[in-house]
Amino acid sequence: MKRVAVIVFPGSNCDAETLAAARAAGSDAYFVWHHDTDLRQADVVILPGGFSYGDYLRSGAIARFSSVMTAVTAHARAGGAVLGICNGFQILCEAGLLPGGLMRNARLRFLSRPAWVRVDQIDTPFTCLYEKGEVLEIPIAHGDGRYVVDPRTAAELEATGRVVWRYVRDNPNGSTNDIAGIANAGRNVVGIMPHPERRMQAVVGAGNGDGDDGARVFHSMEARHATQHAVDVRAVDDRHLRV
Amino acid sequence: MSAFRVEVRVMPRATLLDPQGQAVEHALHALGFGDVARVRIGKHLVLDVSAGSRDEALARARAMCDRLLANPVTEDYDVVVDGDASR
Repeated sequence: MKRVAVIVFPGSNCDAETLAAARAAGSDAYFVWHHDTDLRQADVVILPGGFSYGDYLRSGAIARFSSVMTAVTAHARAGGAVLGICNGFQILCEAGLLPGGLMRNARLRFLSRPAWVRVDQIDTPFTCLYEKGEVLEIPIAHGDGRYVVDPRTAAELEATGRVVWRYVRDNPNGSTNDIAGIANAGRNVVGIMPHPERRMQAVVGAGNGDGDDGARVFHSMEARHATQHAVDVRAVDDRHLRV
Repeated sequence: MSAFRVEVRVMPRATLLDPQGQAVEHALHALGFGDVARVRIGKHLVLDVSAGSRDEALARARAMCDRLLANPVTEDYDVVVDGDASR
């Protein structure tokens, strides 16, 4: 059973669903308030969706300086698993734990609807139970979801297989290379714009019985020991290359 | 120490799509302002900074931009410091 810390910022609004999703997958999940400095021996940290600090200045720009983020950064730098969902993804980018940034949707509208993403990488702590190339229906709910990154970093993300999820059928927000989610070089820090915690039960899907398409994101955290070795080797290689 | 009025202009990086600017440009064209092109929208922040000199105020403001006010991945910024120490 993994210990999963779900961080709560002022303005987080997907924290309860995220906690429930982690618990449904068998994790020992608990909330950690943004003022706290102790992650209480967390194995996994999740930054949930929402509108931390009202998205003032830029989405995630103020949350990234919360006291808890010092501990989250240390956890990530030590190789601990971190998942940022939607606003959590924005915070991870602002914090520099993931490259790039998230800007206003290309067509300006706030989008709250189903989206389709393909799982491009399964050697992360959050996708190891998926099959490569699997297409999932997972809802999006964002105004600032357009992932942008400079061309050199985009090429590096592609070359090193760090685009974890990619929009298929259509690109809702105009993101670079249809990116819906990425991983860091160590593959332990992962961000995703769609909301897997909203697809935990078959009954909530778009009608194809696939309403639990997001569940394996959370089950993967628990199953990670099965693939720990492969993930670790890759992480060591990446760090070696960066030195 | 004096209070310097600092104005910060933060703009989306020129190479990135600015959908707000595009929407406003289309609206201006629709209103008959066909002479308008390349509209872009950014942010204008106004701060009072206490500092010993104009240069110090400028340096502090730049540090604020680098850490918080602008995102170096997606935005560029300019800083203007009012030479007067008046509030």
